[in-house]
Amino acid sequence: MTAFVSRRFALLLPVLLGILIVTFALVRLIPGDPCKAMLGERATEEKCNAFRERYGLNDSIPVQFVRYIGNVIQGDFGTSIQNGRPVTDVLAERLPMTMELTLLATVFASLLGVSLGVVSAIRHNSSVDVGAMVFANIGVSMPVFWLGLMLAYIFALSLKDTIFQLPPSGRLTPGTDLPSLLEVWGMQDAGGLWRFFLIFISNSVILNSIIQGRLDITVDALRHLILPAIAVGTISLAIIARMTRGSMLDVLTQDFVRVARAKGLYERAVIMRHAFRNALVPIVTVIGLQIGGLLSGAVLTETVFSLPGMGTKIVEAITARDYPVVQAFTVVIAIIFVLVNLIVDLSYAYLNPRIRVS
Amino acid sequence: MQETIKQATPASAQNAIELMKVQTPAQRTIRRLLRNRSAQVGMALLAALILIAIFAEVIAPYDPFKRVSGVKRRSPPCIHLLGCPANQPQHLMGIDGNFRDFFSRVVFGSRLSLQIGIVTVTFAVIVGTLLGSLAGVASPWLDNLIMRAMDIMLAFPSLLLAIAIVTVLGPGLINTLLAVAIVSIPVYARVVRSSVIGVKGLDYIAASEALGASKMRILFTRILPNSLTPLIVVATLGIAGAILEAAGLSFLGLGAQPPTAEWGLMLGDERNSVFNAPHLVFFPGIAIMLTVLAFNLLGDGLRDALDPRRKI
Repeated sequence: MTAFVSRRFALLLPVLLGILIVTFALVRLIPGDPCKAMLGERATEEKCNAFRERYGLNDSIPVQFVRYIGNVIQGDFGTSIQNGRPVTDVLAERLPMTMELTLLATVFASLLGVSLGVVSAIRHNSSVDVGAMVFANIGVSMPVFWLGLMLAYIFALSLKDTIFQLPPSGRLTPGTDLPSLLEVWGMQDAGGLWRFFLIFISNSVILNSIIQGRLDITVDALRHLILPAIAVGTISLAIIARMTRGSMLDVLTQDFVRVARAKGLYERAVIMRHAFRNALVPIVTVIGLQIGGLLSGAVLTETVFSLPGMGTKIVEAITARDYPVVQAFTVVIAIIFVLVNLIVDLSYAYLNPRIRVS
Repeated sequence: MQETIKQATPASAQNAIELMKVQTPAQRTIRRLLRNRSAQVGMALLAALILIAIFAEVIAPYDPFKRVSGVKRRSPPCIHLLGCPANQPQHLMGIDGNFRDFFSRVVFGSRLSLQIGIVTVTFAVIVGTLLGSLAGVASPWLDNLIMRAMDIMLAFPSLLLAIAIVTVLGPGLINTLLAVAIVSIPVYARVVRSSVIGVKGLDYIAASEALGASKMRILFTRILPNSLTPLIVVATLGIAGAILEAAGLSFLGLGAQPPTAEWGLMLGDERNSVFNAPHLVFFPGIAIMLTVLAFNLLGDGLRDALDPRRKI
């Protein structure tokens, strides 16, 4: 087991290096003078010289690359061109929103997707099964951003003044104020990792409101996340449901299931303890693979619901040609994605002992 | 008559008769495909979409890029059959924010979406096939180099990598197509490599080698045609993904630029009017969904039809 885990970690390094090379190259590949590209066509020669000096663009490419890696390892992503703030601060502010949304969407998609898939498999070829699979086919074909808009229309306008009414945009109801933990604890001067951590927790509205004991805000924040999470999660829900159904159908025809039934076990025990456990490996894989899709979906959905996450920031940064921000966000998302895949791989080893050996 | 023969012939003889009707693998696949429910619906939808795209000029009642005079901005659909007064001009999907007939724009959008899907996937399949087959037949270090590069590309969520590429190239339809195509290359490269590796150890390849065929000849005339099956399925499903991704980029304002009649862009342009003119958001979304659904269903059907393990 230890050998398996350490081998997986060793395989991680070249991929991480590759991610850094790609993101480094992306910004260097922007056609034309990087100074003109970032500061605009009218930037004077003087300004450009200062700019090149500041960002070390006069050095050779290998030197720049090594410095870039060093900075990233230290958590330094440079300063935002738009407003001169450290990109790390911007990351700490925007990341929690996207993570909350992705997490909620994952929970929604996995719980509902797996249940739907299991029910479809048990009632193979029944109307429930056919209905679920038609829904799954339509679900994987819907554009996330369109579904978001439609949900906003239905739940904010059509169901207005009913108990189902939900807010169509924003992170919190306007006027709700949740102070940052930096202020509450009087730690505005905190630096380094501690500062990143505090900003991160402060901007995770759900965590922050729980820490400060403002449960009304927690509820409000969750209510604002329901529609975006459904929009982001639906495609994954459909994919997970299809995979669960397929995997369960495979397992249900195997001999050990027949044996379990022949022993006279309750059908419930046969399904949950014998069949489902053995169908789990492909299901966990597909859930893990969905994280990338969910992160992409979050980028689009945040725009629809005006949520202050990484997606809205990336789009904003692209329009403003704020390359350090785009670069940093791309690196961080890719690293999160790779780590999630690692966790999925490691979880196989628990679910399926055969993998540990091979 | 037919029935009587069937009844009169024993089952074993019936099987023999079936076997005598020799079918080529292609015929068998097509027959299975035509019998597959998903494929039937997918092909019907796709045929309708292709017809709409070809005859867009005939179907669209107005010019998709010109203002219609005498209409209210973002006015809702007016359909005579559904009770809209006959003295008003008919606009099946209403009027958009720039006083254009929305139905005509949605109809013309079908051209672009189909082109986007097919062009990007064709590009990605060609490059992916070359890289994948190279990796499959080349020396281990080249194989490693190519496949690790593909792994790194797969380390990014595809839409985000596409966004990053568009950032470098600059917003625009062509750059979006390129970005969507580039990010899907690794998938095809992997599929082709694994089937090339599966095929290259078989006896008939060794036979070709013994006959003195060149490596290139073996690759293009022996190995690749026999590795096509999984590629066809993945590419069909890939078209669906590419259309969704390109629409997403256009929705964010990074893809097609106004006044292009592109569904994602149309949605993005009108997303703020979802509460007062929902029709402007509803119809392009449905159009994207149906197109993507068509390719998804066809892909599923193809997978079933091409699967050699499936019982005949």
